[in-house]
Amino acid sequence: MFSYCSDPSTLEGLTWLSCYLTTGKHMLFYVSFGTVLLLLAITAPVSLMFGFAGAMAARARFAPLSWIGKAYIAVVRGVPDIAFFLFFVIALDQGIEWLRHKTLCPEWTDAIRQGNDFLVCPDAKMPLSSSAQWIHEVYGFSLAVITFAIVFGAFAANVLFGAMRAVPRAQMETAEAYGMSHRQAFWRILVPQMWVYALPGLSNLWMVLIKATPLLFLLGVEDIVYWARELGGSKTARFTDYPHPDWRMWYFFALLVFYLSFTKLSEVVLDRIMKRLTHGQATAGGEAQRRANV
Amino acid sequence: MSCWETIADYSLRSIGIGARLLPKEDFTLCQQFTLIGSGMLWNIYFGVLALISGFFFATALAVGKAAKNPLFRKPAEWFIFLFRGSPLFIQFFFAYFLFLSLKQVAPIFAPFTAAWLGALVVLFFNTAAYSGEIFYGALLSIPKGDTEAADAYGLSGWHRFRRVVFPTMMRLAWPAYTNEAIFLFHATTLVYFTGFPAWKQKGDALYYASYFADKTFNPFIPYPILAGYFIILTLIIVSIFGMINRRLNRHLPTERRSKIKFRPNIIR
Repeated sequence: MFSYCSDPSTLEGLTWLSCYLTTGKHMLFYVSFGTVLLLLAITAPVSLMFGFAGAMAARARFAPLSWIGKAYIAVVRGVPDIAFFLFFVIALDQGIEWLRHKTLCPEWTDAIRQGNDFLVCPDAKMPLSSSAQWIHEVYGFSLAVITFAIVFGAFAANVLFGAMRAVPRAQMETAEAYGMSHRQAFWRILVPQMWVYALPGLSNLWMVLIKATPLLFLLGVEDIVYWARELGGSKTARFTDYPHPDWRMWYFFALLVFYLSFTKLSEVVLDRIMKRLTHGQATAGGEAQRRANV
Repeated sequence: MSCWETIADYSLRSIGIGARLLPKEDFTLCQQFTLIGSGMLWNIYFGVLALISGFFFATALAVGKAAKNPLFRKPAEWFIFLFRGSPLFIQFFFAYFLFLSLKQVAPIFAPFTAAWLGALVVLFFNTAAYSGEIFYGALLSIPKGDTEAADAYGLSGWHRFRRVVFPTMMRLAWPAYTNEAIFLFHATTLVYFTGFPAWKQKGDALYYASYFADKTFNPFIPYPILAGYFIILTLIIVSIFGMINRRLNRHLPTERRSKIKFRPNIIR
């Protein structure tokens, strides 16, 4: 990176470190922090959508739909999330390839599952074996996003389901008295009011989501955990210009600090939002704020 | 090979008793059920020991965090923040590499680089921090009248804590603590996916499930089996904790007893 880095073996101390920390691989490591933030930025709204759909399904009046919604919430919460991550990444991949196989190669007669293999016709491979490296990476990342959204959607569905039930019954009765249909009452009365009740659960969920991001590593994405292991392992002078012993401990210590500051920052921001939202509300929190100001 | 032979060979495989080699091909349902079930032994081992040892430490942390003296309060606050604010996954990695480096300095740390002790220590600290925060919350919401009554009876110090504060704290914290226990058992599946090696392929339930999924390239059999085992385990935990909850609340009139909901709010 810097001009004096051309011959690392002559460097000492801090200058060595400044060169070491700006190698190409370290740049990829820093970019992977962006991957984590990107995952959070995409996953949070998508899982909120999943959660909303799940909660709506769970309180549907059509019984089978309500069973599906409730089963979705119950099963995802009863099983370790990491098992779901490992499961969905393969299952989604195979499901997509199976669907493409059925539509693209109808004349293919061999069985797809042959012993321990999953064989689809070459046209149905996802992504195609001829496509560029970045397409493979984007595909892997999208699978990870969908997996996260399914798992966290169930958590969010649980929170929103509870929040919908927490809205005072009288509000809905008033809506009915005004002659609103079920749909109108839901969208105009229930949905705008439920967010105050949902926020504590959702902010808790956000913290859990942040702390689940290192699991990206298990889904085969080159994330911060991957690079910390890769860069921290001991390097001999034969393979690199910057030989060093096993430093993985320090790399993971850096990740620990990153996550601690990130959760701390989120906590402060979420506290502010909660204060803003409870302001003037007829809840215990709002009442306490009013008293404090008097 | 009949199913009984498989069970004889593999039911204790995860702790190194029985057949040495894992099945290599032509996996039967029986093999998958037996091996994944055998792996559950490790999940139960980690979960039970961490929960029991963590319980005492968590009580100490809660009392420490509620103390007026900053000498006790600050360390407890920092400990809870450190373990609740960072992902368990990273904690496992960090601890493993930390123990590896310590092993070079002092050989006494050698057993800590194995999962049975190293991962247990991490889980112990982790669950102590989470439960400590739960207990701390409960400690703050003990009704004022209870402690005033204790003062009126002339109870103080250890007696006041043992007879009044602690039982009420437990009673108030118990529903949330049940969730924590369920989460802890789920978290034990992370152990063999971090640095900790599974020596001689002795791993936990998820380790074997992912072994089968990798070999057969078919996730639709091993993972549902694992899910089934964990749902059973969750139900057992809920019923045991429910029994303790009934005992903790036995002096209260029926309508004031706090029930553990059958589907608890499982968010850590």
